[in-house]
Amino acid sequence: MDNLSELLHGFTIAVTVPHLALMATGVLLGILVGVLPGLGAPNGVSLLLPLTFGMQPVSAIILLSSMYWGALFGGSVTSILFNIPGEPSSVATTFDGYPMARDGRPTTALATAFGSAAFGALVGVILITFLASWVAQVALAFGPPEYFAVYFLAFASFVGMGGAAPIKTVVALAIGFAIAAIGIDTVSGSVRLTMGIDELVKGVNFVVAVMGLFGIGELLVAVEEEFHARAVSSKIDWREVFRAVGRLPRHGVALLRSAAIGCWMGITPGGPTAASFMSYGIARRFSRRGRYFGTGEVEGIISPETADHAAGTSALLPMLSLGIPGSATAAVMMGGLMIWGLNPGPMLFVDQKDFVWGLIASMYVGNIVAVALVLLTVPVFAALMRIPFVVIAPLIVIICVVGAYSVSNSYLDVVIMLGFGIVGYLFKKLFYPLAPLVLAIVIGDKAEDAFRQSMLMSKGSLGIFFANKLVTCLVVAGIALLLLPLVLQLARPFRKNAAPATETPAQEKVII
Amino acid sequence: MRGMSLLLSVGAAVLAGSAPAYAAWQPQKPIEFVATAGPGGGTDNLARAVQNIITKYKLTEQPIVVVNKGGGSGAEGYVYGKASAGDPYKVIFGTSNAWQQPLVSKVAFNYTDLTPIAAMAQDEFLLWVKQDAPYKTAGDYLKAAASGEFKMGGAQSKDTDEVLTRMIEKVGHVKLTYIPFKSGAEAAVQLAGGHLDSHVNNPSESLGQWRGGTQRPLCVFSPKHLPQGPKITATEGWSDVPTCVEQGLDIKQYEQPRTVWLPGKVSPEQAAYYVDLMKKVQATPEWKDYIEKTSQVDTFLTGAEFDKFIKEDLDHVRQVASEQGWLVK
Repeated sequence: MDNLSELLHGFTIAVTVPHLALMATGVLLGILVGVLPGLGAPNGVSLLLPLTFGMQPVSAIILLSSMYWGALFGGSVTSILFNIPGEPSSVATTFDGYPMARDGRPTTALATAFGSAAFGALVGVILITFLASWVAQVALAFGPPEYFAVYFLAFASFVGMGGAAPIKTVVALAIGFAIAAIGIDTVSGSVRLTMGIDELVKGVNFVVAVMGLFGIGELLVAVEEEFHARAVSSKIDWREVFRAVGRLPRHGVALLRSAAIGCWMGITPGGPTAASFMSYGIARRFSRRGRYFGTGEVEGIISPETADHAAGTSALLPMLSLGIPGSATAAVMMGGLMIWGLNPGPMLFVDQKDFVWGLIASMYVGNIVAVALVLLTVPVFAALMRIPFVVIAPLIVIICVVGAYSVSNSYLDVVIMLGFGIVGYLFKKLFYPLAPLVLAIVIGDKAEDAFRQSMLMSKGSLGIFFANKLVTCLVVAGIALLLLPLVLQLARPFRKNAAPATETPAQEKVII
Repeated sequence: MRGMSLLLSVGAAVLAGSAPAYAAWQPQKPIEFVATAGPGGGTDNLARAVQNIITKYKLTEQPIVVVNKGGGSGAEGYVYGKASAGDPYKVIFGTSNAWQQPLVSKVAFNYTDLTPIAAMAQDEFLLWVKQDAPYKTAGDYLKAAASGEFKMGGAQSKDTDEVLTRMIEKVGHVKLTYIPFKSGAEAAVQLAGGHLDSHVNNPSESLGQWRGGTQRPLCVFSPKHLPQGPKITATEGWSDVPTCVEQGLDIKQYEQPRTVWLPGKVSPEQAAYYVDLMKKVQATPEWKDYIEKTSQVDTFLTGAEFDKFIKEDLDHVRQVASEQGWLVK
C-alpha cells in the first residue's frame, strides 16, 4: 500500500489554498473553452501554457489539468442543448442528450451527463492510483497490429449495432474513410485527395466536420419542420438536478461497463472519442431499452459520458509513465512538462514523486470542484433552452462559423463546415446514420496507419493479427460483434412466434 | 482577448509613429508565429520559447501570438506562408522539411516561396536500440541486421528519419524494414514495447526512455562526441555516447536544423529586422536553457551560410531520394 501513503502525501500538496484557487480558475476557464465549439481543451490548454512557465511544475499541471476537466464537462453542454459537440469526444452524447433536451428535460439530461461523467473520472483516477505501474506495462504491449485490432473493435461495435440498414451504415463509413484520407498520408508520405485545393493538405479537421454535420445539419432540419421551431418550455427545477443524479445508481451496470470501456481505451491510447462511441454502441446493443436509443434514453447519455471521462482521465497515465499522450490535450500537456524541465517517462514516478502524486491527488479534488461547479450551472444552461428558436438559430450559425474559423484561422474551414451542414441535412433526410460517418472521420486514418504499419512489419501477411493472445482476442471479439446481428437475423425465422411486430415504426426514428 | 491585442497594437502604433525616423523597419502590428507542427512538438516548443524570450525582454513592442499549422507534416504552415507573400507579420518556424518535403511529395509550395531568416538550432540523431538488446556497438548491430529481419521505426515517411535509415542501409550493407509513425515519440514507445528493433530519434525524443532504462543509444551521427552535460543515467551522459564512425558505421554527420522563415516578397529591411531579432533572442540565458533542456546544438546560420547549408542538404537528399525512386515528377 505504498501508493496510498504517497497519495496522502500528494493531498498535502494539492489541498492548499493557492492550489484550490488554481483548480477553481482552471475549471471555470475549462468550462468556457469547452462550451465554445472550436476552442476545445487542446486549444485552451495551449493558450494557457505560456502563462505557466514561471510557475512550479506541480502548480502548473494542476491548473492545466483542472482546465482539462472543466473542458470535458463544458463540451457536453452544447452537445445536449444545441446538438453542437464542443469536443470531439462529446459527439456521442448528442445522440440521446439532444432529443431529451428537446423533449423538455434539459435539466435531467445535463445533470445525468455530469453525474455519470464524474463517476467515470473517479474510476479513472482510482485506476491510476492503484495500478499505475501495471497499467504502464499493458500499454507497452500495444504495437501496430494491436492498435488496429482496437480500432477494428470500435468500428465493429458500431456496424453491427443495428438501427439503420447495414448497407447505409457501410456507405456512411466509406464516406468517412474517404474524408479521413484527405491530406498527407503518414505511411507513404504522399498527398491524397486534395482536389487541387492547396490548403487541403492539412486534412479535414474533425471539429469543423462535426459542427457542420450536427449544428448546421440539425438547424436545416429544424427550419423545415415547424415542430422544432418552437422554444422548449423547460421547467427549471433545482431538485431535478439532485433527483437525476440520485437516479444514476439504478443504471449501475451501464455505469460500470462504460467506465471499464473508458479506462481501457484511455490506457491503450484509443482515446476518449473512440471510447465514447464504442461505449454508446455497446450500450445500445446490450441495454434492454436499446431500441429506444436515439430518442432521449438515460443510458444513451450515461454510456458515452462515463466512458469519455474515464478515458480522458486515464489517458494521463500513459503520458506520465511512458511519455505517450493518450489524447490531444495530453499531448499539449506533455509539451508543457518538457518546458518545465520534466521528462515524462518511467523515471518520473521515481524522480518527481511530489509532482506525480500532487497531480494525482489534484485529480480527485479537481474533479469534485468541477462537478460542484457544473452542477450549480445546470439551471442556467437549461434556461438557454427557453430562448425562442428565432433568436437561437442565428446564434448557432454564428457559433459554428466562428468555431470553424478559430480552429486554425482559416476561411476554407468555414466553407467546409457549411458543406458538411448540407451533408448532415441530406443524411437525416435520407435516413443515413451520422455516427459511423463521424467515427470513420475520427479514427479512420489511425486505423489505416495501424493496418499498413502491421502489413509492413509482417511483409504482407494477415497472420500478424493472430500472432499473439492479445491481438487474437481483440480481433475475435471484433469479428464476433460484427457477425452478431447477422447470426441473430439468421436465427430469427426459427423463432417466428417470438418475434414482435412492434419494432418497425420505432426503427426509422432511432437512426441517428 | 483579440480586442485587447487590437488596443495594444493601436497604442504601439502611436508610439512607433512618434519614434525617431532613423530607425530601420519596425513592426507596426501584432506578429504571428506559425509553428509547422502540432502543439507540444519540437517546432512548436521552439516557437513558444522564442515568443517567451521576446516578451520577457520586450524585444519588440508588438504582441506575438503562436498559431499551430502542423497539418500534412507541416505543409499546412508552409502553404500558409506562401499564401501570405509580402506580409512581414507572419514568421514561420519549421525544419529542413521546408526544402525536403517538396522533393518527395506533391505539396503546393517550395522553400523558394519563402524568405529564409535563420537556422537556429541543430537536433542530433542517434541510433537507439532496446535496453536488453544483445548488441553493444553499432558494428554488432549491423552484423545482427544482416539477417534482413530488422524493423526500423521513425517519424513520417520519406522524411529525415527514413533518409537516414536508407543511408545506414547503404553504408552498412544491410536491409531494414522502415515503419513510419506519426512522431518520434510514438516510435520510441514501440521500441520500448519490443515491436521494433531500432529507431533514430533526436535526443529529446528519447531522453525519458533512456533514463527509465527501456532503451539506449548505440552511437550518434555526429563528427565528435556531444557536449558534456549532466548525467542522464547513473553512469552515462550524452557526451559518453560514441560517434557512429568510431563504431564502424561510416556516416559522419546527420542533423536536422530548426529553421525560421518569412513569407516571400518581403523587403530586405524587414528580413534584416527578424534576423537581428533572432540574434538577440539567441544571446539570452533563457535560450541557453532551452537548448540545454532539449539537448540540441546551438547554431546560427543566416544569409549566404544558410543558403549554402540548404543547397548542400538538398543535393544530398535528392541523391538518396532518386536512388529510392521517391522524387516527384
